Amino acid sequence: MKFRAPLARARGLGSAKSGTHHWWMQRLTAVALVPLSLWFVASLIALATADHATVVEWLASPTAAILGCALIVAVFYHGQLGLQVVLEDYVHAEGLKLASIVLTKLVSLLLAAACLFAVLKIAFAS
Amino acid sequence: MEKRQRPLSPHLQIYRPQLTSVLSITHRGTGIALVAGTLVLVYWLIAAASGAEAYASAQSLLGSWLGRTLLLAFSFSLFFHLCNGIRHLFWDVGLGFELKTTYASGMAVVIVSVAMTLAAWGLAYFMRAGA
Repeated sequence: MKFRAPLARARGLGSAKSGTHHWWMQRLTAVALVPLSLWFVASLIALATADHATVVEWLASPTAAILGCALIVAVFYHGQLGLQVVLEDYVHAEGLKLASIVLTKLVSLLLAAACLFAVLKIAFAS
Repeated sequence: MEKRQRPLSPHLQIYRPQLTSVLSITHRGTGIALVAGTLVLVYWLIAAASGAEAYASAQSLLGSWLGRTLLLAFSFSLFFHLCNGIRHLFWDVGLGFELKTTYASGMAVVIVSVAMTLAAWGLAYFMRAGA
């Protein structure tokens, strides 16, 4: 039995009005993070014992700076989406749930901004 | 109105842990661990941006036994979450739902993520010995 009008089906974003946006962005950032995280781990292995000048030189190269910024955006976006699901699953008090999700998102934004600032400072200063 | 006492499904402790359920909760656990680990990433990047002295102290902190243990846990979490995440992406496009396939891919995730962790650390120590 169909309870929904065709227009509602076509718009189909549900009561939260976000549709599959959360799910889709989680997969999109996951796909981006497969090559980005492998690149980052490989770079860290190569830089494990490097001194400051070598690390700065590496991070200041356009490839490392651009991939690094992409990694930072994807990591914090993905992490924040994941934590939101965990909080929605385990925190049952409505006010605390909302507060913890808002806090998670704002702190993620702040940390991402700090990381981007560090990378850009290195990239533009040297 | 009194709340009706509806039947509850058995609690989590009732079930015997299976590979599929253990990997499922490990995926969530490693995800949370990786979020915690981003604090190390923030610290490392800010240290690198602050100058040679700050970077050297960050390196000595991360190179200590505690630092290395944390980085080992962090690297395994990353490789596990990466491998099992790819397993999830296959499920998302509708592949690999047969019970046998699910167990085979689960075993593959465990083996590959442990192997990747060992390879990464082996390579890092090998390169340090060569340098």
